[in-house]
Amino acid sequence: MIHLIKIDSEFLREVGEIARFTGRFFSEVIKPKQEWEEFINQCFWIGFKTLTLVGITAFIMGLVMTIQSRPTLLEFGAVSMLPAMVSVSLVREIAPVITALICAGKIGSGIGAELGSMRVTEQIDAMEVSGTNPFKYLVVSRVLASTLMVPLLSSLAIAISLYGGYLGVNIRGNVSWHLYWLQSFGALGYGDFIPSLIKTFFFGFAIGIVGCYKGYNSKKGTEGVGRSATSAVIVASLVVFIIDLIAVQVTDLLGLT
Amino acid sequence: MEKIKSIIEVKNLNKSFGSNHVLRDFSMEVVPGESLVILGKSGSGKSVLIKCIINLIVPDSGEIYVLGQNIRELDQDQMDKLRAEVGFLFQSNALYDSMTVRQNLEFPLRRHWTKEMRDLNAQSAVKEALEDVGLGHTIDMMPAELSGGMRKRIALARTLILKPKVILYDEPTTGLDPITAREISELMLQVQEKYKASSIIISHDMNCIRMTSDRVIMLIDGRNYISDTYENLQNVPDPKVREFFD
Repeated sequence: MIHLIKIDSEFLREVGEIARFTGRFFSEVIKPKQEWEEFINQCFWIGFKTLTLVGITAFIMGLVMTIQSRPTLLEFGAVSMLPAMVSVSLVREIAPVITALICAGKIGSGIGAELGSMRVTEQIDAMEVSGTNPFKYLVVSRVLASTLMVPLLSSLAIAISLYGGYLGVNIRGNVSWHLYWLQSFGALGYGDFIPSLIKTFFFGFAIGIVGCYKGYNSKKGTEGVGRSATSAVIVASLVVFIIDLIAVQVTDLLGLT
Repeated sequence: MEKIKSIIEVKNLNKSFGSNHVLRDFSMEVVPGESLVILGKSGSGKSVLIKCIINLIVPDSGEIYVLGQNIRELDQDQMDKLRAEVGFLFQSNALYDSMTVRQNLEFPLRRHWTKEMRDLNAQSAVKEALEDVGLGHTIDMMPAELSGGMRKRIALARTLILKPKVILYDEPTTGLDPITAREISELMLQVQEKYKASSIIISHDMNCIRMTSDRVIMLIDGRNYISDTYENLQNVPDPKVREFFD
């Protein structure tokens, strides 16, 4: 019982610390003199360097989902609904969430390990001594880059996965390029695209904040760096699912489903 | 400008971490041009002291004056300006892994020099600082490609680039072989001579202390236990002092 209370208090303390860290992010982001050069540099690392991984995963996701869904729809005589079903699933849920989870793994752990290693080797202190605000230089630039890049990666993942879906449909069937896209987009509306896009900004923000928080507050030498990277992935992935759950409820309440 | 009597003055400094009272009413001062060594056992609070001086650690109580300014009364902008006058050589060197030697040296300039100044003078400033430490050829290398001694020299070059009035050295020879440690101590003397900077050196390397110190303060039990020249301290019969020399 005492052990459970201790775990609970540690969890609440962690939540409070992340909230305070997020508050500091907002107070720093509105102050003038942003680190734009570092922001662009981070956009390149976060966005461009994750592009291949997201692209390949999205393609396989679209292809596999189409192939897996076909027998069930065939059973109900609704195989003509395949492009519509796949596109709605991919756009609303699967592509954004899978992209966010890949980013939580790659970006979250990368930021956590990088900042963690900078913390334990006193590089963050050195930055502060040299008159540079390390929070602004390291945290604000990375969180902004992640917030901007994850929606772009997600949009790209949607496009590539839909293309994968087209190939998947044509492995066993014969649907023209024109008809596939007509059916896919015919099933989609603004109510599918906009909530999906909005939630990816939150995903990106959460991945950036959690990765930076874990790395920036890393302790206990190299062991601490490893822990920061691992817990950044775990916490960021969990937060992605929580945001997704909230987004689905909000979308439902607003009647956008 | 009024001439400053003390470059750094610390009055009744206290710092605790939980129940561990690291600094207890610690006081000291550094006069212009002086090279002061703080000697103490590992974990005695030496590094905490110099991190308090540069405001990386906030003390519980006490006053710290750096170049005549009470650092606890400064806002962030004023503190950043003051930090340009104070160099800090970290024990772990703290070179930015993802940057080349050139970028490492240019980094402090980005905050304290305008873009025009950087475009005009950064290259020559980097070159001069690297030549001062004898490593001009490493300018485009990454820190990971350098040996321990070279990294220490590059870290010193980065400290020198803004031509500080005072340099804080946190265990500058720890982890180096005796020959390299001696070279670093000699380099510190050369830097002292060229830049006329005052310095505080945290160390327990007796060779380094003998070579570089004008005065030694022994930090024992969180207090300024004794302060004298290295030569005089060698003859002090107090067992706590003798521990370091025997």
